[in-house]
Amino acid sequence: MDLAVILSVLDATIRLSTPLLLACLAGLYSERAGIFDIGLEGKMLAAAFAAGAVAAISGSAWLGLLAGMAVSLSTTLLQGAAAITLKGNQLIAGVAINMLAAGMTTFLGQTWFSQGGRTPALSEGGRFSPITLPFANELSGVPILGPIYSELISGHYILVYVAFIMVAVTAFVLYRTRFGLRLRAVGENPKAVDTAGISVVKQRYQAIIITGLLCGLAGAYFSIAQGSGFGNNMTAGKGYIALAALIFAKWKPVPAMFTCLLFGFLDALQIRLQNFELPVIGVVPVQAIQALPYVLTVVLLAGFIGKAVGPKAGGVPYTKER
Amino acid sequence: MNTQRPETAAASAPANGWAIELEKINKRFGAVHANKDIDLKIARGTIHGIVGENGAGKSTLMSILYGFYTADSGTIRVNGAEANIADSRQALALGIGMVHQHFMLVDNFSVLENIVLGAEDSGFLKPSLNRARKELDRLEKEYGLEVDPDAIIEDISVGQQQRVEILKALYRGAETLILDEPTGVLTPKEADDLFRVLETLRAQGKTVILITHKLREIMAITDNVSVMRQGQMVATVKTSETSPEELAELMVGRRVLLRVDKTAANPGKTLLEVQNLVVADDMGVTRVKDVSFAIRAGEIVGIAGVSGNGQSELLESITGMRDQKSGTVVLNGKPLSLEGDDGAARARQAGLAHVPEDRQRMGLVTTFQEWENAILGYHDKPAYGSGAFLDIAAAKKAAADQVKLFDVRPANINLKSSLFSGGNQQKIVLAREMEQDPDVLVIGQPTRGVDIGAIEFIHNEIIKMRDEGKAILLVSVELDEIRSLADRILVMFDGVIVGEADPATATEGELGLMMAGINKTAPRTIGIAEQGPLP
Repeated sequence: MDLAVILSVLDATIRLSTPLLLACLAGLYSERAGIFDIGLEGKMLAAAFAAGAVAAISGSAWLGLLAGMAVSLSTTLLQGAAAITLKGNQLIAGVAINMLAAGMTTFLGQTWFSQGGRTPALSEGGRFSPITLPFANELSGVPILGPIYSELISGHYILVYVAFIMVAVTAFVLYRTRFGLRLRAVGENPKAVDTAGISVVKQRYQAIIITGLLCGLAGAYFSIAQGSGFGNNMTAGKGYIALAALIFAKWKPVPAMFTCLLFGFLDALQIRLQNFELPVIGVVPVQAIQALPYVLTVVLLAGFIGKAVGPKAGGVPYTKER
Repeated sequence: MNTQRPETAAASAPANGWAIELEKINKRFGAVHANKDIDLKIARGTIHGIVGENGAGKSTLMSILYGFYTADSGTIRVNGAEANIADSRQALALGIGMVHQHFMLVDNFSVLENIVLGAEDSGFLKPSLNRARKELDRLEKEYGLEVDPDAIIEDISVGQQQRVEILKALYRGAETLILDEPTGVLTPKEADDLFRVLETLRAQGKTVILITHKLREIMAITDNVSVMRQGQMVATVKTSETSPEELAELMVGRRVLLRVDKTAANPGKTLLEVQNLVVADDMGVTRVKDVSFAIRAGEIVGIAGVSGNGQSELLESITGMRDQKSGTVVLNGKPLSLEGDDGAARARQAGLAHVPEDRQRMGLVTTFQEWENAILGYHDKPAYGSGAFLDIAAAKKAAADQVKLFDVRPANINLKSSLFSGGNQQKIVLAREMEQDPDVLVIGQPTRGVDIGAIEFIHNEIIKMRDEGKAILLVSVELDEIRSLADRILVMFDGVIVGEADPATATEGELGLMMAGINKTAPRTIGIAEQGPLP
């Protein structure tokens, strides 16, 4: 394979990793605070729909993004009310969100736009366009480094850069700030936090608000950056893969980035391998190739993860009185 | 309930004034009236003990003072000024710190992070951590509380974790320190260290409230002591003017025999022999290292040791719950096959009964009714039915007999087991195992979380069994219990039996040293194995 092919696979890797990474970081905030979040998928889907719909109507990608974040945030707060305030089962709250999102997006999409649940294709301004970094064109002539800069690093949607910047921000917040210390503590031993005079409930809500906002970015990426408009079930289980990546990364931000890049790479490879004639086997059916990232996710999780010990208080609503 | 004595210690205001005054505190949890009209005054610069049985309301009262619960009614005064303590933050602001029975530490945080948590100076951690490091250094020197600020909590000993809790409170400027059952998890040496720290704190003018059920500690260190019973404060007295007997009577409401009344053992033939036993834990780490001992009919052998030195694995292996790596267990002259999933069942059939250390996890199915637990593990016996069917009438009859014999309260065999108190749950397990008339009884932590009244009963039953010619292996982290019950004491440290002691002559200090792995009185090789087989 020559440099151009490698670069194009890696370029696709970055593009495909982005929503995974945003969702994975979203889950990280919530789970580190002790709220298991299986509802990442649903929140992304709801955000994708809201972003697609508002962008189509308003013609503004930014308004679409805001709408996606707002919808994701309110969905998260609904889930939080069930899981934190009402002390409901976190898994069930998450599953409920997933089902609600799957049903509502199709239903509202069909009711409003009559295109089988899809939102109308976006015009030029309704969609984010790739950003060309300074000197990308000028430097593209430089051997090796030039193409890497101009094709791999430059030329992505703004959300891609946000996602990767968020990795560093999250690592800093988690390990270097008061908020992060309390966030990690509340997921490990909420009683210790409570006896230290900090409200567990408040701390957990703060965490899931960040989760909601990041899920909104991830969802919007599907419909108004990567795609042009919302399609049925457009997140296609990426929320679950993000959750798998989070576990694989042992709830740490930088490993989460590498895990998401790995899953993104598998996805990119899958696209590349379609119609590709393998020696001996010949052309592999498209469906088999498409299943590859999912199969590898299972294999990785089952085989290589070792013992993943999550935040100790995860999944348990905090009750003060006995 | 009308044993209210004149409050000799609290009659007039003390020289340094009151640190804490509680008046008519009430707290209910549903139908349970956990605190009834509690009055309590604590003089500044003293160590004040609070004793009472489980469920007497001590922890509830202290949780109210610390703002973890709010009282339904009543007044709290701190340093003479009325205070409304709605949460822990306000308690801390008033200079009240608490060291909980179960430590409130984040296991995977460093010591420093735990100390700073909730008391950070600013949004960024670095300045807080730096200030805490300096302050910690000063506190450590002032109170003799040394601990490595960068150590991770789960890597340090329980005694050290407790120091972190105390430092946490001092770092927050605590003037009054509440300690809830602080010695339950400590070795005798660690407990002594703790008491030295408490004395230093008192010397520096701090007030200490010590909640415990160990009367010996109360007598040793407190200035005043308050007794609670069934949610009420029944007495507050000067420690120097009372005795353990009087306190025990106040706690239970009737006379209690604190020392176990027993005659000298009259050992017969060897019933249980353990030879060169090696056992590994779930992680594959060898926890029992070539242990050998024998127990004869009519004697109680106690295994003393700080928890986590292989006693649990030893018990589990002898009773067939955990596979052994090598070694043999001989019961009544016949080697016992304990391998595999049905090892525990075979041990029981062979006449080896087991009262496990953790009754709620291993001794009972807490969601079962009492009668179901009363036959659990023996449900295959023909007496309780044949084939696939249970003879429920026979099982209930057996359960009712057990409840009567062991005075289980309430005497209701249809009640869910989780609704019985800890002491009564333990009686249910003991009754089940003892009523099967085993040759050997292996019993772990017989009185953990059990009230004084029930402890007396359980101890007497164990002695009675011994006198019937059974062999009893007793494992307990309560050194007092081992010393008063056992006829011989084996001390276990790091998976090895490091020594044997005669409870009549061995001092607590000697045993404590052996438990800490420092064996000055005897070489390490004194284990039974080297003494040759018993006659």
